[in-house]
Amino acid sequence: MSRAPLPYSSKILELFKNPKNLGKMEDATIFAIAGSPACGDMIAFYLKINEDEVIEKATFESYGCAANIATASITTEMVKGKKLEDAWKISWKKVADEVGGLPTVKIHCGILSVGAVRRAIREFYEKKGEKPSWLQDELTIEEKQTLEEEELAKVLSEKLVRVLSKKIGEK
Amino acid sequence: MEDFVIFKSVEKLIKAHEGIEREVYLDLENSSPIPKEIVEAMIPYFSEKAYGNPTVTHKLGWMAYEEIQKASQRVAEYVGASSIEEVNFTPGETESNNLALIGTALANKEKGNKIVISDIEPLSITFSSKTLEKYGFKVEKIPVDKEGFVSLKKLLDAIDKETILVSIMLANHEIGTVEPIKEAVKIVKEKNPETLFHTDASDAYGRIPIDIDKLGVDLMTLSSYKILGPRGVGALYVREGVNIKRLLEGQIGTQKLWPGVENLPLIIGFLKASELAFQNFGKNVSQMKKLRDRLIGGILERISETSLNGPKGDKRAPDNANISILHCEGEALTIELSLKGVYASSGSACTRLLLQPSHVLTAIGRKFEEAHGSILMKVTRHHTDEDIEYVLKVFPKAVERLRAISSIKGGAR
Repeated sequence: MSRAPLPYSSKILELFKNPKNLGKMEDATIFAIAGSPACGDMIAFYLKINEDEVIEKATFESYGCAANIATASITTEMVKGKKLEDAWKISWKKVADEVGGLPTVKIHCGILSVGAVRRAIREFYEKKGEKPSWLQDELTIEEKQTLEEEELAKVLSEKLVRVLSKKIGEK
Repeated sequence: MEDFVIFKSVEKLIKAHEGIEREVYLDLENSSPIPKEIVEAMIPYFSEKAYGNPTVTHKLGWMAYEEIQKASQRVAEYVGASSIEEVNFTPGETESNNLALIGTALANKEKGNKIVISDIEPLSITFSSKTLEKYGFKVEKIPVDKEGFVSLKKLLDAIDKETILVSIMLANHEIGTVEPIKEAVKIVKEKNPETLFHTDASDAYGRIPIDIDKLGVDLMTLSSYKILGPRGVGALYVREGVNIKRLLEGQIGTQKLWPGVENLPLIIGFLKASELAFQNFGKNVSQMKKLRDRLIGGILERISETSLNGPKGDKRAPDNANISILHCEGEALTIELSLKGVYASSGSACTRLLLQPSHVLTAIGRKFEEAHGSILMKVTRHHTDEDIEYVLKVFPKAVERLRAISSIKGGAR
């Protein structure tokens, strides 16, 4: 409703201007999307995972604000070269710290990035048909929040369509 | 301390703009640069003349009194008000709108409890009507069509004997729709002559001819910064005989509806801005329309999957351009444009505290993703053809870069 001041860190601006690991990956092992066009925030992650379950390559695409682009970019940097178990442990707070801090209203961008990575990791093991012991059944905070944001935007935009068509229909 | 660290980073954000080729400020919706001649008109009133309180009996007070009366007289003339008593200076559009809605609702609650507004009013109207709802008033919102024109049939249906006030903007702040206020007033008053009509004319004053008697409204909001005057000042026109209550209490001076010491330097600035807007009015307006249409036409032509929000031509405010750009998020675009020296705003949810994008854009049927990708720009008589050419040069490149990052439609392909 109301606007908030957004004094981004210079790291965010730098990553916004020159994002690292940008673009689709043709030979990705796994791919995950978080957010939606209706949210105004949508990230796609492409991960190339080797036999040792190490992320060899990570790229992203983002439809979103500067914070969204920057957090997605830094997340690809953070997971690159890590074992899936270690990549799983990266929290939104670590992502936020890595971009030099996020304004309060942009914390959800960090959450969305981590939500997308974890979604990709879960899918990787689902496809593989095995589940390592460190992979918890219950959704993590970041995954829950990501789902909530997606659902909220969906509910809001659907509600709006309903209200409008009702109003216009009555005209 | 964390906040402080973030705050310090702003310095670097500003520094990142060094070396830009040209600066074009188009964010007139949210604030404005004040032309030098207006600043110069204000300066003597800070410390050289008429700095007294206009209600105190000494020379400096009388001087201030005289200046305020003169300013009221001129503003009254510009909108066709019949007396200076009808013009009340306030601290701006937000304050005038709150005063108009809450002040008339409270003063007329014996007559009824219903307030009618449109779906695309500014937040100072929608939020003050929410406040009224909390205190037991009923609020009905009238829908608009795809260009933002209010449904007169729906408006008529909404008026009953309980309706004490209708508030519909004259020209919409986001999409520039010039509403049929004259017709709206007529049908409202025919059904219930007691119903008061308020219009927020902040986006019309100085750009669209206004004659209060022809429009037939009872209350009208005017803003200073939207015509390049200083921020912190505006006015509420209240027709003689209309019941309205003050929202604030204190020392009542020349402005019966707004207590406190009159801010004469700002009032002088507002007056000067009005004079300059109305001097060569026709020429100013055609200049704005020409630049507006070039800006809109140029963007729609050069960038695919774009659409204009609001109507075209004479039913659009002369200064307003609002365009939705698909697959390109608006906040990111404002930053990308800023780095090239073009300053605009967006209806994206990302510039806001909630997940919802602009309520004006969703009310005209724009999908969330269209509203997230919207850019609002306003031109002034001071902009030049070169300014617009520059915007048209950098705008497609900015969109192209962000679309290449975008995860929608497979992004970079």
